[in-house]
Amino acid sequence: MSLTNEIIQQRLTEKFADQVGEFVISYDMLQFSAPKEINLKVLNFLYDDSQLAFTFLTDLTGVHYPDQKGQELAVVYHLHNLKDNIRLRFKVFTSVEQPDVYTATGLFSSANWMERETYDFFGIHFVGHPNLKRILNVDEMDYFPMRKEFPLEDQTRIDKDDEMFGRG
Amino acid sequence: MSEHIKLPEGSIEKTTTTLNLGPTHPATHGVMQNILELDGERIVSADQTIGYIHRAFEKLAERRPLAQITTLTDRLNYCSSPLNNMGWHMTCEKLLGVTTPKRVDYLRVIVMELARIADHLICNSIMGVDAGAYTGFLYVMQYRELIYEIYEEICGARLTTNMGRIGGFERNFNDIAFQKLEKFLDEYPKALKEFENMFQRNRIFMDRTIGVGGISAERALNYGFTGPNLRAAGVDYDVRVHSPYSSYQDFDFTIPVGSTGDSYDRWLVREQEMWQSLSIIRQAYQKVQAFTGAEAEVYHADVPEYYLPAKQDVYTKMEALIYHFKIIMGETDIPAGEVYHSVEGGNGELGFYLISDGGRAPYRLHFRRPCFIYYQAYEELIKGAMLSDAIITMSSLNLIAGEMDA
Repeated sequence: MSLTNEIIQQRLTEKFADQVGEFVISYDMLQFSAPKEINLKVLNFLYDDSQLAFTFLTDLTGVHYPDQKGQELAVVYHLHNLKDNIRLRFKVFTSVEQPDVYTATGLFSSANWMERETYDFFGIHFVGHPNLKRILNVDEMDYFPMRKEFPLEDQTRIDKDDEMFGRG
Repeated sequence: MSEHIKLPEGSIEKTTTTLNLGPTHPATHGVMQNILELDGERIVSADQTIGYIHRAFEKLAERRPLAQITTLTDRLNYCSSPLNNMGWHMTCEKLLGVTTPKRVDYLRVIVMELARIADHLICNSIMGVDAGAYTGFLYVMQYRELIYEIYEEICGARLTTNMGRIGGFERNFNDIAFQKLEKFLDEYPKALKEFENMFQRNRIFMDRTIGVGGISAERALNYGFTGPNLRAAGVDYDVRVHSPYSSYQDFDFTIPVGSTGDSYDRWLVREQEMWQSLSIIRQAYQKVQAFTGAEAEVYHADVPEYYLPAKQDVYTKMEALIYHFKIIMGETDIPAGEVYHSVEGGNGELGFYLISDGGRAPYRLHFRRPCFIYYQAYEELIKGAMLSDAIITMSSLNLIAGEMDA
């Protein structure tokens, strides 16, 4: 019997009870979240369980939601079960004051650089990461540029004097 | 020891040599730096530095309306820009719930497979260059030129194509494009065969690549390998088959796989994929030719909010004028939602993770760049190997700096 979103959700709630939640199916992909303290337990369960077998980490990235107090930063894992060809999206949230999340490098070698990239741009501190330093930006940078407090220039602004670009 | 020469501390006791490979060495084919520790000519460790051409695409995308992001995707894997463009359009279409007509799908397949051939052609011939065979590279370049001429007929550009629109193409393919495609389909197989003869059983090339930079299937999966590099290790994962997009389910093709995951297998897999791509293009061209009547003129879906109206309508019709203005100024709010869509890019699974909060631009856009993910295995691949093996391993991985650094 091939794996379906319903079975995954059922197995997860059996194992973690109400600790996992916010199950949504968006564009055919199951999405859920868990407290950041158990992110490794969830990933390990998804990896080791012979039925679930989410052994391929497709993508790992961060998102900043400045308006969610205490849960400003999200780490998003995209996992893939290659045997049954089903994907899922797993999120953990952390506060911006103490952005500590356990590293997934023990499970996936591919998480190494993806976590470095997430650290580089969002300042999420991956506890236990073997080499957590900036990867794409310069080492001297002292801020995390993908956070929303660094907005790009508003294209509709009118106070700028540059005739050459039609905004004079 | 002379007291006038001040050597760094520990440099007398040190038994290894430190060597900077890159960032601008011609053999790295892109701005990638590796600080190698060498014991004689054997590599002990490699410290990789990337990010020299980071251009903050993900941040830029947070301000831009969907149509303006296409130009950013061009500059990821610039050896196969149309593939990235089509992948991005399909992501938008998935978010917006647009279904494209079959003819659009088939035209897209033609373009995407041409791009795949161009991408693989570069990688395989560059491997030849790094093994000392320059002729093959120069010889096949003229066929990449033919592909670029086809792009030029379709969209007017060659390298950074910005091809297609949300819903389809900006204009129908003209007759010259199809003529050039026929010419390509006619001439290219002979050249590819000749190229293959030059390398495939070439003793020097085989000695340089067999058993060099190999990786097991388990390690490749753990490292997030996708595309030809994963298939060379023996895993038949291909996005075109696993999650078909753009009507790939209508085509008959096979997925070549290797066994040892070394440089030679990677070369062979790419070579076979080019033959498969040729067969897919032929099938798609037949399907395109089979359309008759009004269907034969369809080249885009009906999405007035995102697809620019015809210019003459803008001057004469009210709705067209409004849509034109809203699209150009990026005033259309995109629906809220989260979508992940991936296509089989030139070097692996190229994914787009788009979060929209209902504004005019994405709230967050993340590119899953295949070579960023698999390049981290490079140290493991070259440890214990010779310096010359490191060079050929790097070119066999098909690393594109633009994609890696985003």
